[in-house]
Amino acid sequence: MRKLITTALALFTLLCLSTVAYAAAPIKIGGLFAVTGPASFLGEPERNTAQMVVDEINKAGGIKGRKIELITYDTVGDTTKAVQLANKLIKNDKVVAIIGPSTTGDSMAIIPVVEKAGIPLISCAAGSKITEPVKKWVFKTAQNDGLAVARIYEQLKKEKKTKVAILTVSDGFGSSGREQLKAQAKVYGIQILSDDTYGPKDTDMTAQLTKIRGSQAQAVICWGTNPGPAVVARNAKQLGLKIPLYMSHGVSSKKFIVLAGDAADGIRLPSGKVLVADLLPKNDKQKASLLSFIKDYQNHYKAEGDHFGGHAWDAVMLLKGAIERGGDTPAGIRNALETTRNFAGIGGVFNFSPRDHAGLTKEAFTLVEVRKKDWVLVK
Amino acid sequence: MELLNQVSQFVISGLATGAIYALIGLSFAIIFNSTGIINFAQGEFVMLGGVLTILCINALQLPLLAAICAAVAGTTVIGLVFERLAIRPLKNATPLALIIITIGASILIRGLVMLLWGKDTQALPAFSGNDPISVAGATLLPQHLWIFGVTILVIVGCRLFFHHTISGKAMRACSFNPRAANLVGVSVGRMVLFSFVISAAVGSLAGVIIAPLTMTAYDVGVMLGLKGFCAAIMGGMGSGLGTVLGGLILGALESLGAGLISSGYKDAIAFLILLLILFIRPQGLFKKGETDRV
Repeated sequence: MRKLITTALALFTLLCLSTVAYAAAPIKIGGLFAVTGPASFLGEPERNTAQMVVDEINKAGGIKGRKIELITYDTVGDTTKAVQLANKLIKNDKVVAIIGPSTTGDSMAIIPVVEKAGIPLISCAAGSKITEPVKKWVFKTAQNDGLAVARIYEQLKKEKKTKVAILTVSDGFGSSGREQLKAQAKVYGIQILSDDTYGPKDTDMTAQLTKIRGSQAQAVICWGTNPGPAVVARNAKQLGLKIPLYMSHGVSSKKFIVLAGDAADGIRLPSGKVLVADLLPKNDKQKASLLSFIKDYQNHYKAEGDHFGGHAWDAVMLLKGAIERGGDTPAGIRNALETTRNFAGIGGVFNFSPRDHAGLTKEAFTLVEVRKKDWVLVK
Repeated sequence: MELLNQVSQFVISGLATGAIYALIGLSFAIIFNSTGIINFAQGEFVMLGGVLTILCINALQLPLLAAICAAVAGTTVIGLVFERLAIRPLKNATPLALIIITIGASILIRGLVMLLWGKDTQALPAFSGNDPISVAGATLLPQHLWIFGVTILVIVGCRLFFHHTISGKAMRACSFNPRAANLVGVSVGRMVLFSFVISAAVGSLAGVIIAPLTMTAYDVGVMLGLKGFCAAIMGGMGSGLGTVLGGLILGALESLGAGLISSGYKDAIAFLILLLILFIRPQGLFKKGETDRV
């Protein structure tokens, strides 16, 4: 009996030793995503994508022979929870970097935590205030709202349209868009004739659109996430609105076309390039990344990858590059991130610098139009 | 002329939305009148109507009409089960406790639908096309006509039921005085069950006919329920014309307010009206004040 136990112990010790010798400890990175709750349309694809990219990296041998371990938690889009979980990742799990959170609110809430602990954060949320002013440890991959506004205004200017009406949803996304629309109007010589809002749960926007129809506006810009813009599209068709309708990148998914039905035809919106990856010219820098992301996502989840998942793809790949160049310490990763240049990801071509932790230009967006239930590029 | 056209569009759009508020308000009033409680799970019945219809069409491949019937029947059964499991067992509970239970039920139903059906918004195809119809300088969709038609049918049906059938009269008797009704042989418990059944059916019907216009998701019931509640309060919680007028007025005011004053205050207008009525005329806009005999 005693012999048996001794043998077992010996074997056990041997086994432990051998695993240690076999692989170095994995590099731990944290992920905070709003997988459930109101922002789950962001968090779920982001979590899926992050896990997928990490799996792919590990399958290919990891980073310099070391595996990555991704520890993700669900913030439910709740700022209090986000802060608790960020602390947990840093103190208990001892991660070297954090990806996420999905929403601007959650990101802003955990910024003081990561700044104090000195852990690099790559946020997947879009709010421009996350990296303006620049915070030492905070980066982000989602395109700023302002870039999408700039893309629309540029097109309007090209078509010599100077009078617009804006219709924004009264939540965080809409009010941030509204601020940007108003702030940039002067720069592009555009006059906002009417400035209306609607509630996120509103079911009829004919009143606002009727008012817009009666004005001299040459285009309508609607800023919101589903389902509001689909209702706006349907109402606009019902009222026979003749002027072009622009939407935000918040509805750049097939879901919008399904919800709006026939009414989606002719609507234009700025979108990340994921949507139209196959339509892009061959010399587009991002094309290779985009196609590989779409293919992997299809293989792993049997679904179409969207640009929300793309934010997480960019975050993990940026991190991978930074670890390769800067080592596995938080400070090393941060410094390497800041010197990342010409990284062609899903959201755009990133160029970080000490003064810019968002790293994108308005070329990250491409203007698309809905035609016959599909996207076409606007020239 | 342009302003006139605009105003007529505001009014017509508002009335169409108001008709929905009226239907939901009616279903609130039906339960209130027979039990004295306000069923805050009413919005969830509306949501279930739309969600179940889409489910029947997508999963069971039923034609539209059959899907609608199945959805209304399904919601009615849920209403029945809800009354049996959550309301009936509490024999001597105060109305306040029951109201809190309905809030709990609404959260439960919403959560279950979210888990089983997902969080995506989905649309139901329009019953008869999407070609706009022009009326008095304003445009309407065929679906709006469906909404008006169904609302009128339901109102007439309710009127006939409550005033010209034995069961309907018995339910009204329960609302006036449950003990007296019981003494003359009306089964109060059964009438309460009936009220939940009818109310679930009316609510889900409202949910079905608006689903093509407004689309539906697990959480549409909250706001629609609140607006329907406003309509019912405006009508003094009566299950008749008062509530219907309340709903129509609410819809029209919201739309006019959004169009002529500011769209930012649209919901504020509805709730301001609710508060004003609760302060100034708690018995509703169209009811004479009641006096309790001492």
